[in-house]
Amino acid sequence: MSFKAKLGGALLAAALSTTAFHGAFAADDTIKIGVLHSLSGTMAISETTLKDAMLMLVEEQNKKGGVLGKKLEAVVVDPASDWPLFAEKARQLISQDKVAAVFGCWTSSSRKSVLPVFEELNSILFYPVQYEGEESSRNIFYTGAAPNQQAIPAVDYLASTEGVERWVLAGTDYVYPQTTNKILKAYLMSKGVKEEDIMVNYTPFGHSDWQTIVSDIKKFGSAGKKTAVVSTINGDANVPFYKELGNQGIKAEDIPVVAFSVGEEELAGLDTTPLVGHLAAWNYFQSVDAPVNAEFIKTWHAYTKNDKRVTNDPMEAAYIGFNAWVKAVEAAGTTDTDAVLDSIIGVAVPNLSGGTSTVMPNHHITKPVLIGEIQADGQFEVVQETAAVVGDEWSDYLPDSKDLISDWRKPMECGNFNVATGKCGGKGS
Amino acid sequence: MLIRFFTLVFLVLAFTATSFAQGADPKSLFDQLADANFNAAEKLVADIAATGDPRVVPALEAFASGDLYFRKADKAVFVGKEQGSELALTDPVTAEAAGEVAKGAVTKIRVNNNLRRAIRAALGGLTLMSPDRSARLSAADAILRSPSAEALELVEAALAQETDAEVKARMEEARAVSLLSSDRSIDEKRAAIETIAGLGAGGLGVLNSVAGTIDPSLKPDLDKAIASIQNAQQLWNLAQNVWYGMSLGSVLLLAAIGLAITFGVMGIINMAHGEMVMLGAYSTFMVQQVIRDNAPGLFDWSLAIALPVAFLVTGAVGFVIERGVIRFLYGRPLETLLATWGVSLILQQAIRTIFGPTNQEVGNPSWMSGSFPLGGMTITYNRMWIIVFSLTIFFALLFVMKKTAYGLNMRAVTQNRRMASSMGIRTPWVDALTFALGSGIAGIAGVALSQIDNVSPNLGQSYIIDSFMVVVFGGVGNLWGTLVGALSLGILNKFLEPSVGAVLGKILVLVLIILFIQKRPRGLFALKGRAVEA
Repeated sequence: MSFKAKLGGALLAAALSTTAFHGAFAADDTIKIGVLHSLSGTMAISETTLKDAMLMLVEEQNKKGGVLGKKLEAVVVDPASDWPLFAEKARQLISQDKVAAVFGCWTSSSRKSVLPVFEELNSILFYPVQYEGEESSRNIFYTGAAPNQQAIPAVDYLASTEGVERWVLAGTDYVYPQTTNKILKAYLMSKGVKEEDIMVNYTPFGHSDWQTIVSDIKKFGSAGKKTAVVSTINGDANVPFYKELGNQGIKAEDIPVVAFSVGEEELAGLDTTPLVGHLAAWNYFQSVDAPVNAEFIKTWHAYTKNDKRVTNDPMEAAYIGFNAWVKAVEAAGTTDTDAVLDSIIGVAVPNLSGGTSTVMPNHHITKPVLIGEIQADGQFEVVQETAAVVGDEWSDYLPDSKDLISDWRKPMECGNFNVATGKCGGKGS
Repeated sequence: MLIRFFTLVFLVLAFTATSFAQGADPKSLFDQLADANFNAAEKLVADIAATGDPRVVPALEAFASGDLYFRKADKAVFVGKEQGSELALTDPVTAEAAGEVAKGAVTKIRVNNNLRRAIRAALGGLTLMSPDRSARLSAADAILRSPSAEALELVEAALAQETDAEVKARMEEARAVSLLSSDRSIDEKRAAIETIAGLGAGGLGVLNSVAGTIDPSLKPDLDKAIASIQNAQQLWNLAQNVWYGMSLGSVLLLAAIGLAITFGVMGIINMAHGEMVMLGAYSTFMVQQVIRDNAPGLFDWSLAIALPVAFLVTGAVGFVIERGVIRFLYGRPLETLLATWGVSLILQQAIRTIFGPTNQEVGNPSWMSGSFPLGGMTITYNRMWIIVFSLTIFFALLFVMKKTAYGLNMRAVTQNRRMASSMGIRTPWVDALTFALGSGIAGIAGVALSQIDNVSPNLGQSYIIDSFMVVVFGGVGNLWGTLVGALSLGILNKFLEPSVGAVLGKILVLVLIILFIQKRPRGLFALKGRAVEA
């Protein structure tokens, strides 16, 4: 019986270790911000890095004297890759820890889970990951790429530079790839691509046996037209996918793959020699040649005490979001949500590719789109860079959303204004 | 023969003459690359190739792999080889050493896919007459992959000179694909179509690409050739599906075989089984790290070295789990399930804390990379070796169970514990060793799975459900059932996948298993006799 108790204790300890660890009690001269990233479970692979990046940004800001003369304090919680738990943890951060703003989430499912909490409790979330669009909330800032800041320029690049006429849209079966592929398909067809020249394929999360799909892609590519794969394959499934491509001898010169979820971090677990020339579209690459980026990488290596740690696009988005918030708080002179929401629109901060990013009235930001080719050292070589693009929350290529715009400035204050009917509340939230 | 020889000499002479007439010096062409954008660089590559100077070949190869640099001071272009933190520069044409410079003093000349394609085609033309047989073969391949009418004369010239049968056949094919887009006569094209039809799936792209532009009188020939390739492909597709199914089945078998012992034979619902697989994969990673640091020459042997290491590490962990947790819970399956699930979470988080949450790079030894064609199918080496490996493990385990004294003890204990005990067998000891064996085998599976999947703390989770599925479907307590179960589920999956997609395919397989278990609750090969009731 005593063993049972011990075992119970051990299990409890294990359960606790995977949930939360709080910062110490805050004194009045600190401002607390929440960091809501999974540190355990399937998404820990991507999100842990962002937690580290946030802690680094907070530390750097404190070295510069903090915000409004107060020190910043990060409250880190672990929602454990569990979507409902994200909402619980967000509520805890806002109501119990009284944080001024939250930086967090990775998957769209987690963002959708916390959205009502932020709206109900009137707090601010900075969301640093590329996503499918079709959403605009008064309380959320989307510092990652919207589809027009990533997917569409990538497709344009392939069509114009590589002369691609046949498209495989391959993705993991969940909301981001499904919506992105819907937008891409509508976009391609508006450019005159025929339906039979588009192949859409979905696979489950963590799919590891790519033999059939890769050989299907090979077959699809033998129709005499230049073929490319647009990949929205997520997370862990990428490594076996690229391994199978390499092993079946599909070279980037024959069928290039452009990926929206593969960055430096994902390539770290892979021998990239057979993948040289495959592409990715982001708003930032570690290899970007800009003084501000070199400085950021140096700080990152010093902070993590590991000069092999790579930087990636969501880290840049977190960097932009954090700095925009700091600037908005300083302009407003308070961390009060409504005041910050007012002052943040129009705030321009430097991004890591050497330009500036501005927070737009639709709560998205401007940033350039970079197309990079994978190199043998696991880094990307930029082959094309656009001017800064404004994130478009409601896609112009979907019939449901093409008439919608979002503008959170007074007096409109509407996330889904329908320009055709002239009314707020066209669709969704 | 003599005439042919003269034509050849003439062709080569004409070729070099025209290029020299253009007054192009390869060195100056290379230097122009420093300022060129991608489009201009593509033209320059063609110009460099047109000089016909064989000395440019290594520099073009370096260009394709991104080893071409220009010096910031004077924009002179060099081939750079990394030497520590410095670059050793060599002249692109003469290959003379040009000293070593810091990396900051030079800029890499960027290359994209179009440029790589252009370089590949240029190299194909330049190395067609190389004295090195494999260079000629890959040159013919390069032309085969990017056919162009310009390459036609070069190929024909090289063909006239070629003596090696295999290279010659490849060149014939390269000639055929190049001829199709040229302005040669209808008859020659007809013959070319026939040659390409023999190429199988690889020829389909070429034939389809000219389908819109070809002379109408050749259309029937073309359609016939495409149809014949497609017909042949259909049969091969069937074979390919069976092969993919076996390959998936072998992965399932690997993942499940350890569980077939701990769950199948001992009856322990071991939720930490997947984590044993993961520990095996991390052992492989550790072994490779040590080899990379200390003896890079041994890298091709890393998997062989990792096998015993993984077996011992996971076996030891399994032993500790059995002694520390499971032995207190025999006969209480629900509590075992919860306890082992807790153990699995602890192991996962421990690995995450030690190694970090990101994927670790486990390299493929050279014999595990690439593929070879077999008729109309492509067989990848890693999948092939994994099939061989999983069958070897299976039969080795079968041997241990059926033919050794330890296997006898194990079966005796699981079939009738009290009887075995009164015969003098130390049953707790046998329990611990059996669990350790099952865990160790899961660890070995991890070594193999590290070659095809991510090595991350989540590795085990993706296999645990599949493993239970295979063991339950095959029949609990029967190793042969696990083999047949794994292979049939693999093949079923791969036949469903092309028609219904990967997501629905997986769901259908699960539904079918549930229905099957309703009909035969004990799986494919049910154990009979008293052991069942125990």
